[in-house]
This record gives sequence, C-alpha cells and structure tokens, in this order.
Amino acid sequence: MSSNITYKSLTQLADLLENKETTSEEICSEYFDRIEKVEPQINAFIKLDTEDITKKAEESDSRRKAGRQLSRYDGIPISIKDIYNVKGQSCNCASKILAPYTAIYDATVIKKIKEKGFIPFGRNNMDEFAMGSSCENSSYQTTSNPWDLRRVPGGSSGGSAAAVSAGEVPASLGTDTGGSVRQPAAFCGIVGLKPSYGKVSRYGIVAFASSLDQAGPLSRNVLDSAVLLDTISGLDKMDTTTVRDKRDDSHESIVRKSNENLDGFKIGVCHKYLEMDGLSESIKENYMYSIEQMRELGAEIIDISFPYTKYAIAAYYIIATAEASANLARFDGIRYGSRIKDYKDLNELYLKTRGRKLGDEVKRRILLGTFVLSSGYYDAYYLRAQKVRTLISDSFRETFQKCDVFLSPTTPTPAFKIGEVSSPVEMYMADVFTNFVNLAGICGINIPSGLTKDDNLPVGLQILGPHLGEDKILKAAKVFEDNREIKEFIPDL
Amino acid sequence: MKYDVVIGLEVHVQIKTESKMFCSCPNRYGEEPNTLTCPVCMGYPGAMPVPNRKAIEKAVIAGLMCGCSISEYSKFDRKSYFYPDMAKNYQISQYDLPFCLEGNIKVEGKGFSGKKIQIKNIGITRIHLEEDAAKSNHYAACSGVDYNKAGIPLLEIVSEPDIASADEAYAYLTNLKEIMQYGNISSCDMEKGQMRCDVNISLKPKGRKEFGTKIELKNMNSFRAVHRAVEYEIDRQAEALDEGVTLRQETRGWNDERGETYLMRSKESAHDYRYFPEPDLMPVVFTKNDIDNFKADIPELPKAKRERFISQFNVTEYDAKVLTAEKAVADYFEKGAEHTKSPKLLANWMITDLLKEISDSGLNINEIRVTPENLAEMIEMINKKTISGKIGKTVLSEMFKTGNKPSVIVKEKGLIQDTDESSIEKYVDKAIEDNPSQAEQYRSGKKNVLQYFVGQVMKQSRGKANPQIAIKLLKEKLG
Repeated sequence: MSSNITYKSLTQLADLLENKETTSEEICSEYFDRIEKVEPQINAFIKLDTEDITKKAEESDSRRKAGRQLSRYDGIPISIKDIYNVKGQSCNCASKILAPYTAIYDATVIKKIKEKGFIPFGRNNMDEFAMGSSCENSSYQTTSNPWDLRRVPGGSSGGSAAAVSAGEVPASLGTDTGGSVRQPAAFCGIVGLKPSYGKVSRYGIVAFASSLDQAGPLSRNVLDSAVLLDTISGLDKMDTTTVRDKRDDSHESIVRKSNENLDGFKIGVCHKYLEMDGLSESIKENYMYSIEQMRELGAEIIDISFPYTKYAIAAYYIIATAEASANLARFDGIRYGSRIKDYKDLNELYLKTRGRKLGDEVKRRILLGTFVLSSGYYDAYYLRAQKVRTLISDSFRETFQKCDVFLSPTTPTPAFKIGEVSSPVEMYMADVFTNFVNLAGICGINIPSGLTKDDNLPVGLQILGPHLGEDKILKAAKVFEDNREIKEFIPDL
Repeated sequence: MKYDVVIGLEVHVQIKTESKMFCSCPNRYGEEPNTLTCPVCMGYPGAMPVPNRKAIEKAVIAGLMCGCSISEYSKFDRKSYFYPDMAKNYQISQYDLPFCLEGNIKVEGKGFSGKKIQIKNIGITRIHLEEDAAKSNHYAACSGVDYNKAGIPLLEIVSEPDIASADEAYAYLTNLKEIMQYGNISSCDMEKGQMRCDVNISLKPKGRKEFGTKIELKNMNSFRAVHRAVEYEIDRQAEALDEGVTLRQETRGWNDERGETYLMRSKESAHDYRYFPEPDLMPVVFTKNDIDNFKADIPELPKAKRERFISQFNVTEYDAKVLTAEKAVADYFEKGAEHTKSPKLLANWMITDLLKEISDSGLNINEIRVTPENLAEMIEMINKKTISGKIGKTVLSEMFKTGNKPSVIVKEKGLIQDTDESSIEKYVDKAIEDNPSQAEQYRSGKKNVLQYFVGQVMKQSRGKANPQIAIKLLKEKLG
C-alpha cells in the first residue's frame, strides 16, 4: 500500500480510508515513522502517546469495518497545540507552572473533533501561554523551521506549523490571539486560518487574552482548513461569546465549488504597506506579485489605506496583557500545577511559585498588564486602547463595504534565525500585520504565496474578510491556491 | 452626645438558586468539602463562566423591591486579588454598571434595644451581582479551602450613609432581611453565611457637613453583633475625638467574645482591585419591556400586604402582622379567604390553631395536608353552625393527620352539630338531674355555674349539641 501518506491532505486521507486503501492504524503508524525520522531535528511535539493513539486508531478501524464510522474523517490524526484541554492528557501550555497538570475535561473544540472521529495526535510545542512569535518562549524545547533548521517556525503555534510542514501530521489545531496561527503558517509555508471572534468556542482552551483568542486550524491546503472549520465552529452554551452563523452551505462545499476565477470579486489592498519600515524586499515583491495574480484571476483591485495601523500594536499589547494579567492569575500552585516547596507563608508561596515557574516573557506581560490596569493608569492606557480598538473595528467595517476581502502580507519578514531577535519590542513587530485583525474580531487566512529567492523560505499572503466572512476569504484563498506559481510547499528534509 | 453618627452598610446576600452563578454545580449548604465543584468554580485552565439567568432575574427583582432603577445596560467586571478562596484570583463582580441603582427602603420597627425606630428612608446606593468566594479553614499545621461555596450568586447591597444609630442599623437589617425573604431572593440565614454585613462608620461634630474619618467594620456574625459593634465603635471614636486624637481610615474586625473591635488593616495596605470588564461575558441588556415584565413579578412587600389585609379582610393589626410574617402563610390565608365569607374567622383559626399544629409538627406551611380550600370549608361549616367551634378543633386535627375534607370527616365521625331542641333537651334534663347541688347553686344566684352545665351537655352529646340552644334550654329549666 501507499507509503506516501506523509504529505496527503485530510480529504485525500479520507478518500483512501473510504476506498479501503488504508486504515487509521496504518496512517498513524506512518506518521510515527515520519516523526521518528524528522522530529529530532524539528522538535514540534512536547508529548506523543503512541500507545493511546494506536488504540484509538484500532477502535476507529473496527468502527469503519462495521460501517459505523463517525464521519468520513474517522480515524484521521490531528495534532493539538499544548493549550487545549484533552481529557486525560497533560495540558501545560509549554509552561513549567502547569507541569503536572492533566486535563480533567475536553475543550468544546476537542469534543467536536472527537465526535467526527478525528484522533487527537500529541501535544505541539508553543510559546509559553501563547506569548511569543517564534516558539522560543517554550519552557520545554526550541522548535525548528522545517525549511531551515536554524530558523524559527514562528509562534505561538510554532509546533503545530512545523509539524504540518514537516509532514508529521496532516493538520493541527492552534490558537490565534494576535497572529499565532497565521504567522507560523506563513513561516512554514502552510495554510493557517483565524476564524472570526465568536465563531469557535473558547471553552477548554487555556485563555491568554479572552477578547482576542480564537482557535484555528493549520493545514496543508485551503480545503482542509474549511473541513476543520466546519468541524470546530458553532454556537456553544459553554462559551457565551460564541455566535450563530447562519449559512446554507458548509465551508467545505463552498471551497469545493469555488471556480477557477475571481470575476466580480472586489479585493482591497494597501500600497502604503510597501513603504513600511522593516518590510523585507522579498515580502514586498511577493505582495505585489500576489496582487497582480488576483487581478489576473478577475478580481477588481481597490487601494485602501488604514489610518490607525500604527496604533494597533500599542493598543493590542495593552489589551492583551491586561486580560492576560487576570487570566494567568489562577496559576498560583494552590489547586493544580506546580508548587514550590520552600515557602514560609502564603505570600511567599505565590511569589516563589510564580517567580520561578513562569518564563520571562510571560512575567513581562503580566507586569505590563497589571500596570495598565492599575488605579490612576486605567484611563490613560486601557480605556484609550479600547477606543483605538473601536476605531480599528469601525474602519474595517467601512473597508468591507468597499471590498469583499482585503490583502496584506502575513508577516513583515520571512522566518528569522533562532536567537536573532532579542528585543521584545522587535519581536512584537513580527505581528504587525496580524494583531489588528484580532482587535477587529474579523477573520483572516494565511496562504503560502511564494519562496524567497536567496534562502528558499516560504512567504505568506494574508486574506482578511469581515466578521463571519469566512466564505469569502476561503474562496479567494482557494482560487489563489489553485493558480499560484508554486503548487506545493514541501520543505527539503 | 456632641457627635453625629454616620453609618452606611454593605450587605451581602446569597441568592437562592438551584445552581451556582457561573456553572451548573448545585447551590447547597452543608455538604462534604469540595463535592460541589467543577472546572469553572475551581478556576481550572480553560474553563469559562456562563451566567445564571435566574440569579440575574432575582438580582433585578431585589433591586425593584428596594425601589432601585434598573440599568438597561449592565456588565460584569473582574476584580483582582490573590487569595486561595478566590479560585481564579479574580472575582467576577460588577464595577461601574451594576444592575440596580439608587433605591431606598422605608425602615420601621424596633432596634435591638427594643426602642421603636421612627420611620425613616434609608437610601440604597446600588445593588450588584457577583460570585461568592470559597471558604478557608485554618488548622494548626496547614490550611484547607472548601470550594463548595465558591461561585454561589451573591448580591451586594450598598446603603447610603443615612443610618444614624446602632438601633437604626439593626432595624435596617431586619427590614432588608424581610424584603429578601419575601421576594424569595434569599433565605438570609446568617449562620449559614447567607447574609453578611460590613459597616462603614464615622463621627462628626453635630451639625457639621463634612464627614469624619471612615472606619470599616467586619466579621459581625449576627444582627446583634452588628448592633454591639456599632455601639462599641461609636464610644471608641467619640472618646478618641474627645481626646483630640486624629482617627485614620482603617478596617477593623469585631471580636464577639471580647466585645470589641481590633485593627485589621490600615488604608495604606488597601487593595488595588484593577477592575476591568469581564471579556468572557457579554454585557447584559434589558429592554424597557423586560424591566416592565420584571416589575410584574415583584411580590407585594410585607408592609403593603399588612395594610391591605386589614382593609380587605377586616382583620386586626395583630392578625395582619402574624399572617404576613411569612409570605407562604400570607399566601395560604389569601387562598383560603377566597372560599369563605368569614375571613376574620379564618384568620383566628389559622393563628390560634393551624400555626400551632404546624409548629408542633415541625413542618412548614407548604408541606401540610390541610389545604386552604379545606380549611375555608370548615370555617364555613362553623359559620353555618353545621359544627361547633369545639368540633372544629377535632376536625382540624383530623384534617392535619389525614388530609381529608372536613365534610368527609364530619360525616364519617358523625360530628354534625345537633340543633334539634327536643334532642338537646334530653341532655339538659340529664345534666340537671345528675347535678342537683350545682343546680341549687345556680338557683341561689351563682350564675356562672351555667358554664359547668354547658360543659356537661357537650360531654353527653359528644360535642355535637349547639351551645346556644343548650344555654337557652338550661336557663329555662334552671329557672
């Protein structure tokens, strides 16, 4: 039978299973082999319980044999960022403070993928508590970019992106608070989708910044992201910020129906981006190429400028850290997770546990968030940031009255080298094109759009759509994917 | 005293609901520690709150009962502080946009000292909804936390500084408790921690406008303790001011055994709670229509009910007070009153007989077998002289035991009153014949012996003889 499961997509695997050309057990064991081969260089997984996965695969196979498969995807493995609660598995957010914590319940998203028969396949590395853009803030290991092992995979869902890119899994579930799905997807040459705020339940996903967090798939192609979006989205009574999305068709069928051109499609672009400081040449070239490509595919290109872009990063880091300072307060060593042993009183227990077990970047953000919420500073920082956020949301609402989707580069540079970016603020700039999307609560997708000439590194195009406009960005991404110059993004490993 | 006392109260009341404020764990008291918990109320990673609709409704009703205006737009906020009894190290509470604002309670009744309080309006600044904390238990070598209580819906009711004495504070609490119980908002059992009270108190020279230094008092476990702590604190502060000591803003605890307050923390160590809007919850929006619907749900307040009972049913003030002390009793009475022409008689029977049976049985009025309709039926039978009052007592205790209708009991036991003069005459004759010496006493002018003869007649007729007829015949026969 086919030994080339490695770079198959979800739908291809589903076809193989349906046609009895392979089994879940065989698929999983092929990925185990691949992981054994490449993982020592990539380090995308924090944990992988092969025994448990094999058991689940066998169960799936016997279901299918009896004609009782849960869906056509029953038995296909999906790796999971270390931030989702999967009952019975460790859920550490790549932090020492949660080291001995085992999830006692399933996140809603996990429940939903299990209901379709997908097998949660190991825990992917990440920046601690999703705070970072390179995966270097993991307290466990440094993950390498499969395209160049000296480079970062991006972050915070860097383990997920690297695993998919390296062919260790067909797809992964990550989370995106300010670009944490799209940016690593761009660095690793895969598709990464951030759904609109409220589209996917956050219940059971360890919170970083509650008003910005969204779960999102990382996959080999646009169709797979649509399949996973169909699986995980929907109103959830456990997360009252979720919204009902009325639609007649599944995202999967919309992508399948997407024609070869974009006739009648209006696409917004921002030529001012080309003048931005810190934007590398290869990114500029690729952005211009992508715009031209879209034009050739029949889209009408409209130039749009955003007056608030330069305030977005500041507003983002105030709101995200403020929420994080409260969200991460529960990690205190009292009820679960790690507690230091040498304390004299309660205060020392808190100080030493949090002081020793949380990483530097996490502490930096907690301090920042605590500061901006302090009495006397609240109006100047938090309240002001919220006002900026409202302006950004409004400007996007106007934008999407003029165009169906909006294009930007996903990142200002291709993947940088491990250890290369040492200043936190410089690191924050890696998300300059992504975090205003979370502030506005709209949806966005990264689609690989090219490779740099010098280093052969992937470059990504970001397609943004209005709130609950996933149909539109998936369609544009799919047509672009079918017509781009480079057909497949497979690193030379 | 040469000082004015200025007191404001912050009262916490646990709302009576099936489940907790933000999760589906039961809201119950007295279970094994940490058996009523889940990822949400234990603050587990990834868990999210889902607001309890019923608790929000009750918070709004409580506000309406306290005369508050209801905000059309409210939200929840996070209040941050580190303590093991706070599972997330922040409490979901309400900061600047609570459900209820600007109300007032008409306070009347007695203070703890028994002194009658002049009717006074105490302003309510705000009422907001939050989640209760867990309970910390401290042992010799360690401490434990019980999260059963964590997440129980909790109302915070903040009064204006309109209270001027310990007695007024006591009366305010009594009135507030009555409202909360009446509205079925809370059971307000202080021993179970369902009602708790903090006091803000300051003194200022009589007539001066500016307030003095505010002291916060905590740890009072009963209304009596609140009264004592306030009295103690008034004396302490007056003494200090007399001596020219400058008071500093601080929080003091009440030691009930020693009968004194002690310093807990000074203002310098006050928390910065870093409030900000709870991003896990949507703002709560009520339309004017919603608020009107809530208004229709407000139960009548005890005071209004008392006044109505007096005018509508012609009962005494005392009767009205007893009947309205508990809402269930008042409802029972009203239901019964629909089925009788003598609500006054019904009131008497409820107060002297039914409530006694109830208290002897240890049941509450909702659990008894006597329905208000059946009790009213019995009252009608007494009214129509079908049975005597005496028989009524027998019938009632039978009803209490079996739940049968009075007509059935009377028929089965042959208890219908005898109004036939000729048959009563037989009992009368027999009574006089059997008691010649008493008859002699009567004739010689000791008229109160008549009661003895009535008793004899009733005994012989097994209570069935109509007493009025018996008296009439006895008077005739005894001359």
